[in-house]
Amino acid sequence: MKLIKSTLTAALAGVTLVIAGLCPVAQAAEADIRLDRAPADRFTDLQALQRGAAMFVNYCLNCHSAQSMRYNRLKDIGISDEQIKNNLLFTGEKVGELMTISMSKKDAKEWFGAPPPDLSVIARARASGAGSGADWLYTYLRTFYRDPSRESGWNNLAFANVGMPHVLYDLQGEQVARFVKEKDPHDPSKTVSKFEGFEIVKPGKMSKLEFDNAIGDLVGYLVWMAEPVAAQRKQLGIAVLMFLGLFLLPCAWMLNRSYWKDIH
Amino acid sequence: MSNDPSAHSGRRGAIVATSVVGGIGALCTAIPFVSTFAPSEKARAAGAPVEVDIANLKEGELIIAEWRGKPVWILKRSKEMLDSLAKTESKVADPKSERKPSELTPEYCRNQARSIKPEVLVAVGICTHLGCSPSGPFAIGANITLGDDMGFVCPCHGSTFDMAGRVWKAKPAPDNLEIPPHKYLSDTRLLIGEDNKGA
Amino acid sequence: MAAGKKEPVLVTGLGALDKPASGLLTWVDQRFPLMENWKAHLSEYYAPKNFNFWYFFGALAMLVLVIQIVTGIFLTMHYKPDAAKAFESVEYIMREVPWGWLVRYMHSTGASMFFVVIYLHMFRGLIYGSYRKPRELIWVFGVMIFLCLMAEAFFGYLLPWGQMSYWGAQVIVNLASAIPLIGPDLAIWVRGDYVVGDATLNRFFAFHVIALPLVLLGLVAAHILALHEVGSNNPDGVEINENKDPKTGIPLDGIPFHPYYTVHDIVGVVVFLMVFSAIAFFAPEMGGYFLEYNNFVPADPLKTPLHIAPVWYFTPYYSILRAMVWNFFWIDAKVWGVVAMGASTLIFFFLPWLDRSPVKSIRYRPRLHTWIYTLFVIAFLILGYLGTLPPSPVGEIVSQVCTLIYFAFFLGMPWWSRWGQFKPVPARVTM
Repeated sequence: MKLIKSTLTAALAGVTLVIAGLCPVAQAAEADIRLDRAPADRFTDLQALQRGAAMFVNYCLNCHSAQSMRYNRLKDIGISDEQIKNNLLFTGEKVGELMTISMSKKDAKEWFGAPPPDLSVIARARASGAGSGADWLYTYLRTFYRDPSRESGWNNLAFANVGMPHVLYDLQGEQVARFVKEKDPHDPSKTVSKFEGFEIVKPGKMSKLEFDNAIGDLVGYLVWMAEPVAAQRKQLGIAVLMFLGLFLLPCAWMLNRSYWKDIH
Repeated sequence: MSNDPSAHSGRRGAIVATSVVGGIGALCTAIPFVSTFAPSEKARAAGAPVEVDIANLKEGELIIAEWRGKPVWILKRSKEMLDSLAKTESKVADPKSERKPSELTPEYCRNQARSIKPEVLVAVGICTHLGCSPSGPFAIGANITLGDDMGFVCPCHGSTFDMAGRVWKAKPAPDNLEIPPHKYLSDTRLLIGEDNKGA
Repeated sequence: MAAGKKEPVLVTGLGALDKPASGLLTWVDQRFPLMENWKAHLSEYYAPKNFNFWYFFGALAMLVLVIQIVTGIFLTMHYKPDAAKAFESVEYIMREVPWGWLVRYMHSTGASMFFVVIYLHMFRGLIYGSYRKPRELIWVFGVMIFLCLMAEAFFGYLLPWGQMSYWGAQVIVNLASAIPLIGPDLAIWVRGDYVVGDATLNRFFAFHVIALPLVLLGLVAAHILALHEVGSNNPDGVEINENKDPKTGIPLDGIPFHPYYTVHDIVGVVVFLMVFSAIAFFAPEMGGYFLEYNNFVPADPLKTPLHIAPVWYFTPYYSILRAMVWNFFWIDAKVWGVVAMGASTLIFFFLPWLDRSPVKSIRYRPRLHTWIYTLFVIAFLILGYLGTLPPSPVGEIVSQVCTLIYFAFFLGMPWWSRWGQFKPVPARVTM
């Protein structure tokens, strides 16, 4: 009876921990705005991931490196070595090489103010209490707006005064942000700017829906790239728990009982 | 503690069952750990095939490419060098490259010249004795050890190899020089480390 | 049952099936105290038969220690303790070393689980009076293990060289600089440089991988030897050695550790492994508490994160550190914070002498004591929670109150441990 109680307590604790653990709770990155939810159904769709990979290599890999990611790992999302060689290698790299860039950190700092961070694990780094890393990236990539007061001409809602310009403006189009001055809820004598909405001033190649989908693909790819083994990890976890719970635990239980039934 | 036999058989059965299942679990846990020893993706990428452009290779010229940390000789053999192979046929220990075929001489190189194209020798430049790199190629009369023959001489213990990398009889080195897996991507582009048999 | 020294017998717990051991065993046993120790620590170490849930955690702590050492060895084969390569080498392990990701997650999960297990293990000691005479030294070794474990975790956390690794180390080493007179020089000496850098990383690697594990292993051995010298306590606080069978000398309420508790602990181990696996395979980050999000950003000495907090298992002490905000007696609040934080860990050493209750176990103590323990635990958990949050005016007051409760629990113990109506302690254990 005692052992059953102990085991159930532990199991309950374990389940609670895992459920709690799946929610990003710990405060980490700054997140002042409410984040949009990234479309999670894309994260396991191979086609979406492949589109995301293409977007990543074409748009991001010029300034950002992903130096822990090897090109040929893309085979895990269904892109063959041939396809990588023909479509994704632009500057003479080999398919077995890492996604590095040639821009030096020093130059990057000079040109952009801060060197563009490496993106290998960005989807894990950007998680916080406000949402997952994917949510942050999904919001970030869609909330660039024109801001003449900034050196790059762009600003961003999720990352105020970011040094990065809007790389995807040819797809999304150019938008401006409307702010409204409101009384500060914490201090009525002050006013704060509240974001009201975006307005497209110059359309891009994609409609809003198309652009959101494309960003969804890109974010899905970034999530995959941050931990390529995630899907296998979960599958193996199921197998391990089934082995432990359905085979080893009953054996251990019976073994325990075979000795303890005599103890009173 | 009970001395009753049925209790014992119960215990023994449970011990066996738990040991077997536990043993399977332990083995399944050990396998990943042991696998961490295997070459990582980085090591495999570093050991990837090497492409060499031989368009400008002159007759008699030897260039060295690096593959898997080993020096690979690429030698454009002259007619004289190829002719010398018939002369050394009776002097070398393994003229038909029959020893350790899977290790030293791929199928497509089991010929007198030990190569795909007779005029280009592709061989690992490491003596099969104790690992020094032989010197050469020497012309006729250019080296005392070789005398009248053309070939390579290992400076460490004096082993000699002919112009196809075949080792002389009665020398410290037991084997012919290793021919690495390789193939031609075109007339002038050589890929070392991969061949059409799926190396 | 057991024969003399010349003929060792293996006790399988199968009674009549025990037989004299083979020749090899005898040969070894004549040259090495094999059977002597097998008997003293396993087959003839009599433990109380009424161990409950709380008694799993000692064995589980040993299991986690083994897991950490084994996974640690395999990680060391691929990790590079160089400021320029460390972060990348961890990602290399995660992606390119076959099964490296599993070894890494086991190690990170194990680190946090170590503290879960140890806190529960210490709590058991607290509620059942396991630290009372004659077990004071076991407790003292245990507190030393706890301190070493905290140091081990602290040194290990620098190794991934993420933002939290770097700045956490920076902040904690700077605490040393708060010590009057020698502080600043001491901090430089610990770091090996003016700021946390490559020199610091290399020496922390040496401490984490070799120095502290050796110390931990020695202390664990001492802890268990001290335990076996006097025998285990139990949830009733009854000394089973006071009731021995006159013929055999075996405690009436005792059962041999092997096979009864080896077999019992196997169940505990399997359940633990299920919880451990659930976390390692499904939620290794644990909401950012086991693997902190900010640590996926490489260390940047020029960019301080907005919010630096220690890993969850240090947060109660961090709260106490932050709670001290007043300057007393010409000494900075900063120093008082360090003093309070140090005192809050060191005070555990004195528990055996602070507790004056006539009764060991909570089971036979007045209701009042249960409430006091509950209050202490709640204060500890609140301190822990507050430590994960950025400082705030409300948080400051609450952590000050909880710090007060924390210290009052210990410092007031010589008095409150005698208050109330105690229940009669049975002579024999209750199942």
